[in-house]
Amino acid sequence: MATKLPGTDVVIVGMGAAGGVAALPLAQAGLEVIGLEAGTWLTRRDFAPDEIRNNYRGWPMAVQKANQEAPTVRATSATTAVQSFHPMMNGVGGTSLHYWAQHWRLSPWDFKVVSETAKRYGASRIPTGTTVEDWPFGYDELAPYYDKIEYEVGVSGQAGNIDGKLDPRGSPFEAPRTRGYPMPPLRWTAFHDKMAASARALGWHPFPGPAAINTGFYQNRGGCMYHGFCNTGGCHVDAKASTAVTTIPRAQATGKLKVVTRATVMTIEVDNDGKATGVTYVMDGVEYFQPAKVVLLASYTYENVRLLLLSKSKAYPNGLANNHGQVGRHYLSHHQGAPVSALFPFDIGAWYGLPAQGVAIDNWADDNFDHSQLDFIGGGNLWVMSDRRPIAASSMNTFGFAPNWGSQWKSFIKTNADRAHSSYIQKTTLPYESNYLDLDPTVKDPFGRPVIRITAEFKDNERKIAAFMQDKMEAWYRHAGAIAIQRAPVGGAMGASTHTYGGTRMGDNPETNVVNRFGMAHEVPNLGVLSGSVMGTSGARNPTHTIQALAWRTAEHIANNWRSIA
Amino acid sequence: MSESNQITRRHLLQGATLAGVAVVAPVATRINAAETEAKHAKPAKTEVTQRSVPREAFEVLTATESDLLAAIVERLIPSDANGPGAKEARVAHYIDRALGSALSASRNVYASGLAALDRYAVASRGKPFLQLSPTDQDSVLIDCETGGATGFVGSSAQFFGLLLSHTKQGMFGDPYYGGNANFVGWDLLNYPGVRTSISDADQKALEAKTLKPIRRSAYDYNGFNKATASADGHDDHPDDIQRTAGAHHGD
Repeated sequence: MATKLPGTDVVIVGMGAAGGVAALPLAQAGLEVIGLEAGTWLTRRDFAPDEIRNNYRGWPMAVQKANQEAPTVRATSATTAVQSFHPMMNGVGGTSLHYWAQHWRLSPWDFKVVSETAKRYGASRIPTGTTVEDWPFGYDELAPYYDKIEYEVGVSGQAGNIDGKLDPRGSPFEAPRTRGYPMPPLRWTAFHDKMAASARALGWHPFPGPAAINTGFYQNRGGCMYHGFCNTGGCHVDAKASTAVTTIPRAQATGKLKVVTRATVMTIEVDNDGKATGVTYVMDGVEYFQPAKVVLLASYTYENVRLLLLSKSKAYPNGLANNHGQVGRHYLSHHQGAPVSALFPFDIGAWYGLPAQGVAIDNWADDNFDHSQLDFIGGGNLWVMSDRRPIAASSMNTFGFAPNWGSQWKSFIKTNADRAHSSYIQKTTLPYESNYLDLDPTVKDPFGRPVIRITAEFKDNERKIAAFMQDKMEAWYRHAGAIAIQRAPVGGAMGASTHTYGGTRMGDNPETNVVNRFGMAHEVPNLGVLSGSVMGTSGARNPTHTIQALAWRTAEHIANNWRSIA
Repeated sequence: MSESNQITRRHLLQGATLAGVAVVAPVATRINAAETEAKHAKPAKTEVTQRSVPREAFEVLTATESDLLAAIVERLIPSDANGPGAKEARVAHYIDRALGSALSASRNVYASGLAALDRYAVASRGKPFLQLSPTDQDSVLIDCETGGATGFVGSSAQFFGLLLSHTKQGMFGDPYYGGNANFVGWDLLNYPGVRTSISDADQKALEAKTLKPIRRSAYDYNGFNKATASADGHDDHPDDIQRTAGAHHGD
């Protein structure tokens, strides 16, 4: 029997990128908030520049929850899913502690894929089998929240379009913004300059990408030190704007947020009327029930879906908020990296710097180019960044010039360790009827509860975009002097990823969506869902900025409508 | 890593090794030198079958296992004209120590994998791995890498992948963990070193090749908590090998 704790206004499941943001407007509105986090607090002392620790040993997480409930993966329902890895981490701040911190807004097209495609090319161009819908609102609705996050969390970048006035240093494809970023972008290296020059020579529009990383003193935190251990590493100077050093401490300072660590949430409880009453969690082997007037589910896509499916009750026999069978549907991810790698005949100076530092090309993203003569919709963002550490460098692609070990390999890496580059290409990915999440029938976590099973593969539209983008990337590298190119295969099963969308999709129609336009469950009026799981499209962007803008908006909606929701 | 990549690499490796025999053969791989001699070992000619210096204790592996492991990693990263290899970096000791701590979940994989590899050497080449010529040792390892070696629990390629991954960690990882002794791995790559801050001027110096390398462990800097063993041997999931080989990362 769980120990019943005193009640609270709002309980948030997960103090990561989403929950950590939502806590602030709620606390500022005077609501009592309890934030449950499976991991612990980590500080800059825990963030050593140590490749083995960060990139090979699961990091200094005191709690390895995610790694013990890694999803299983299969391409189609015809095969048995095999357990993979879990890309997210546990800790106050969640994956915003060790992520790359690229902080893109979606483009207006991403919100209206169906109607815009029909308008420009005809409805027949919507790919077969996709379940994509327009978002219940357009870019303009979310724009003020993007702006809010850029200033509350701290995002550096170069605006390309302020109120319709174009700035050639930024992207000409950017939707109009009301003001620039609070900080200038991360600097470029000589290699970035070279790639940008090549892009211009090709007639493209290179620009620096936005990052939730300080480039100077902002909100009592210093700027980036470019030391090269940002990828799956925490920031040793707190320049990276994880929620652990931004919104969470500010919410705590109001006196209204209490963060409870080492708390693993097991189920969301409901009463006989189907209203959420709180959550049950386990800490150090002891079970507690935390009553709350509103529950905000803010673990990530896999765990959001899992917790809903595991929270069965009389009112929701197939899992919470799942009486329409939509929990787990419309899943998609950016797992298809399909990068292009290049070898240059000169060192490119990539030993320092970070993945959020680099050159972006949006000429081939979204609907920024004419698809009339093409056989797909959407596109991709080309990204040339800095990211190299010794062990990873030693495992470099040898481009057919050497094997992967032995004297020949050793000779190859001695010359070429700093001469290779691998692009990062994010692409439009759509949801499909046959791509979904559910509970694995056999694989369990240490509590004996099923892990999430991913059944998903990349379809024609995604594979065509990938091949198209690889052509562009190869042309770019060749122009900049690459002497060898290798393309990763396209398509395949949609494995575990940090960029995961759907499963609790947002939309006006409860027959096809789990949450309404404010992020509250259609079936459970006092249950809100945060994270990529509410997003119906991915765009060609890292999801965190949109997740945080939506989290702020949902929290604000709850605060403004407290009497009707609670 | 994709299957098509594997096939390409396999063919390359087979071709390269045949062509590379002339290059490989003259360079002795089992250098008879005390572990302490370390940096910039001189290429020696002698083929040594017995150590003439006292054996240094391993913490986890048995004497048989550690001799075999040392011989394997010295083929994976040989000491040669391009400088010190796995031997000087103390890669076998790195793996041994890790198997007693963060990678303890892999202890049995090594016991079974090493024994299977030696059995396969005898079955396919007529002698235990330690008694084979470097060329034959390499061909045994290629069989393992490509999954063609028999007698393994699971695929020999899986064990080889784990071993190669750990070998690179021991050669190029932070010396705090017992490998990369005297920074020989970082020297090989011309890695400019662990720093906590890189100014724009530092970056420009790197590009101009005037930035002086730093040879310090992360833990030689003040203020970082020491790493602790992860509780569940997380590293050893096969997918981690894929991740480290450059598959989609966790950004």
